[in-house]
Amino acid sequence: MTVKLETIGLGMQYKRQRDGSRFVALADVNVRVEDKTFVALVGPSGCGKTTFIKIVDGLIKPTSGRMLIDGKPVRGPGNDRAMVFQEPCLLPWRSVFHNVMYGLECQGRDDDASRKRARDLIRLVGLGNFESNYPHELSGGMQQRCNLARALAVDPEILIMDEPFAALDAQTRELMQDELLRIWKETRKSVLFVTHQINEAVYLADQVLVFSSRPGSIRDVVNIDLPRPRPLAIKRSAKFLEYEDRIWAMIESEARQTMQEEVLS
Amino acid sequence: MAESHIDEAIGDERPRRWPARFYLKHEKKILGTLTVVVFITIWELAGSVWPVANPIFLSSPSRVWHAGVQLYQSGKLLHHLYVSGVEFFWGYFLSILVGVPLGIALGWYRRFNYSFDPFLNALYAAPVVAFLPLLVIWMGVGIASKLTLIFMAAIFPIVMNARDAVKTTPGALIEAARSFQASQYKIFKTIVLPSAVPFILAGLRLGAGRALIGVFVAELYIAQAGVGQMIAEAGATFNTDVVLVGVVIFSIVGMITLELLTQIERRFDKWRPHPGGRV
Repeated sequence: MTVKLETIGLGMQYKRQRDGSRFVALADVNVRVEDKTFVALVGPSGCGKTTFIKIVDGLIKPTSGRMLIDGKPVRGPGNDRAMVFQEPCLLPWRSVFHNVMYGLECQGRDDDASRKRARDLIRLVGLGNFESNYPHELSGGMQQRCNLARALAVDPEILIMDEPFAALDAQTRELMQDELLRIWKETRKSVLFVTHQINEAVYLADQVLVFSSRPGSIRDVVNIDLPRPRPLAIKRSAKFLEYEDRIWAMIESEARQTMQEEVLS
Repeated sequence: MAESHIDEAIGDERPRRWPARFYLKHEKKILGTLTVVVFITIWELAGSVWPVANPIFLSSPSRVWHAGVQLYQSGKLLHHLYVSGVEFFWGYFLSILVGVPLGIALGWYRRFNYSFDPFLNALYAAPVVAFLPLLVIWMGVGIASKLTLIFMAAIFPIVMNARDAVKTTPGALIEAARSFQASQYKIFKTIVLPSAVPFILAGLRLGAGRALIGVFVAELYIAQAGVGQMIAEAGATFNTDVVLVGVVIFSIVGMITLELLTQIERRFDKWRPHPGGRV
């Protein structure tokens, strides 16, 4: 398998506005994402997961380290990556169709082929009957479907997803996970998926990167050896639960610590 | 237009007689009309049937109406209206023409905004009409000084609203656009401008009110004609009826302007949810 994305010694430091002291958000993050695999990032809240993928997407520049895509160094956003944001970030004044077209328009690809592609993707994510609806007329799950279609429309090689289902209710969330695997199977992208739900990470991913916080870095890599396609019922299998337990054990102490600090401060 | 009443539950189909149904359907209009009618009736009765106060001070709706009709028939009313209308239109129009782009530029270019912030704040807070004596010294008593005053009165709320509208563009949307490598121009056109429209229109509403104040004050001070001048002259001669004719004209012009803005807003507004309906 070829390596699609690689980060070498990626680090990010901020200066605190308050007292000018340094705050290390990420330190020495080394990640390899193999082509067409699904990689999930889990970790306690505030561990720098979102900072990391924003660097990967090119929205922020790291203070140290390098990032390679197909072995070539990259800086800044590019056609080869697209992001599905946590909040759907749809333009409220555009219909579903024109939202899905948005990324293509931004990249100057507003032609008939693109329009057809947008329509196909809207159907693929199950919004075929809602092309001309505005975002406020859609449920949270439908908004995320639209958000996903918009990212897929630019045909990225790497799809970056930042806790896309965090705002959904539990049932919708499960179903959307299932949907995502179906869509992924049909489009076959390399995926970088951030979540704080271990269950979600194990269910979706080929490989789970466990983040630890302060400073954010990769604590462990867990390869998920579960057969695909994965029915939702797989979440109750012994092997699944074992993975879940293992990852939770890695995160638990840190999550507790974070929680206590939050209470104390 | 979105109605503000909650959809009736299907189960709640109690038979109602037609007056009740008619009332529920037009509740907003009926109640609004009713209070206006009651107000006018009481005013009329207070002025003529039970003389609570001297009609010189209180006037009455019928006297205002007669004064209005008389002024109209003599041709004076149309002349005043024309003079004031021209001032209002050009003053307000120019303030929009300059104010909206200026506000957008101030919101978009940070340093530009830093540079002009002190002036804007000072002029926004100051009563612009205080400049009137100076304007007269500079430009005389012709239409130029009046237009300038109206322009100055209206432009600040327009600029401030346009500026803040651009400044408060949702950052998440801009980030999404950047993620798709949108150019600055594309971000401006597809995100900043559409999200600013409702706030810019709110600024235009405030500006319309200010412009009318500008018209009135300018005419109070330096005019041979105009609705404001008519009010001033009538006031000086205790002609309450004519004063009130002028007040009514000002409110009608204001209401028409706001209604036009509402119509414009509706064209840009299809995409917005209307929780609880529109007022």
